[in-house]
Amino acid sequence: MELLYKPWPWYVAGPLIGITVPLLLLLGSKSLGISSTLRQVCAACIPANIPFLQYDWRKDSWNLIFVIGIFIGGFLGGYVFANPNPVAISTSTINFLKEHGLNEPSGLIPAELFNWSSLITLKGFLIMIVGGFMVGFGTRYARGCTSGHGILGLSALQWPSLLATASFFLGGILFCRFVLPLILDL
Amino acid sequence: MKNLKYLFIGIFFGVVLTKGEATSWYRMQEMFRFESFHMFAIFMTAIPVGALSLFIIKKLNLKSTEGQPIEMPKKNFNKGTILGSLIFGFGWALTGACPGPLYALIGSGYVVTIATLLAAIAGTWCYAYFQKYLPQ
Repeated sequence: MELLYKPWPWYVAGPLIGITVPLLLLLGSKSLGISSTLRQVCAACIPANIPFLQYDWRKDSWNLIFVIGIFIGGFLGGYVFANPNPVAISTSTINFLKEHGLNEPSGLIPAELFNWSSLITLKGFLIMIVGGFMVGFGTRYARGCTSGHGILGLSALQWPSLLATASFFLGGILFCRFVLPLILDL
Repeated sequence: MKNLKYLFIGIFFGVVLTKGEATSWYRMQEMFRFESFHMFAIFMTAIPVGALSLFIIKKLNLKSTEGQPIEMPKKNFNKGTILGSLIFGFGWALTGACPGPLYALIGSGYVVTIATLLAAIAGTWCYAYFQKYLPQ
């Protein structure tokens, strides 16, 4: 029973993420890609005569069902069978976060940053709202995210995906080094 | 219901992301600071498994279970491949989540992630609106 609650090591999680690529292709000729669901929601709910949002989003509705599945998977893996222990990140990361005012890790994400009341603080707004906005804006501008470029595109040896993946890692590394500490100190 | 299988693949993917802690803000900070191998190892095992299966699918000329031919994914390059990816990288560092984990985290009970997801949808909408002014 305990096994159900434990987190999975990289050598289990990594290959299983990779298996999702042929699963989608073999069961329905579908290409893994999650950020496109954000565009679909826009096209379905607020198309506003924008050419980029004028397309038959219903044809790709499988993708919306797929992310409902991810939501349920998150519920199973992170709620029903949630790891009772904090994420075992390295001590140097914990020390860095402590230096910038965070508590010892608990759960998957820090509750002191991600909560409803901090949404109206500058720090919370920057992390949750501005951060989320950049995720949505950037992935669409890049035509893909970690799944579409990072997993699928690289698996298919697509050089644009290599540039995209390198760029989002570069962006993340630079941001964590130079900007995030300032925001955490707000 | 033809699309039901995607629900199950999604559940599978969501469980794996969550149990592999790929939805954890802490793990992303650790990754971007090069203080653990965990996330990198996930990528470095996921990609070869994906690549090998694509190779097999192509080699054996496999069809999908619905009988359709399987097209190999193709990605095009434009300026957004770099610029957009950098912007996404900044957002990834802040939120600790890419689009997949956003959906998973809401399910894991971190309901406030809905706000981040809505912001991401707003970001996508704004990209669509301002697309004609952006270098492509």
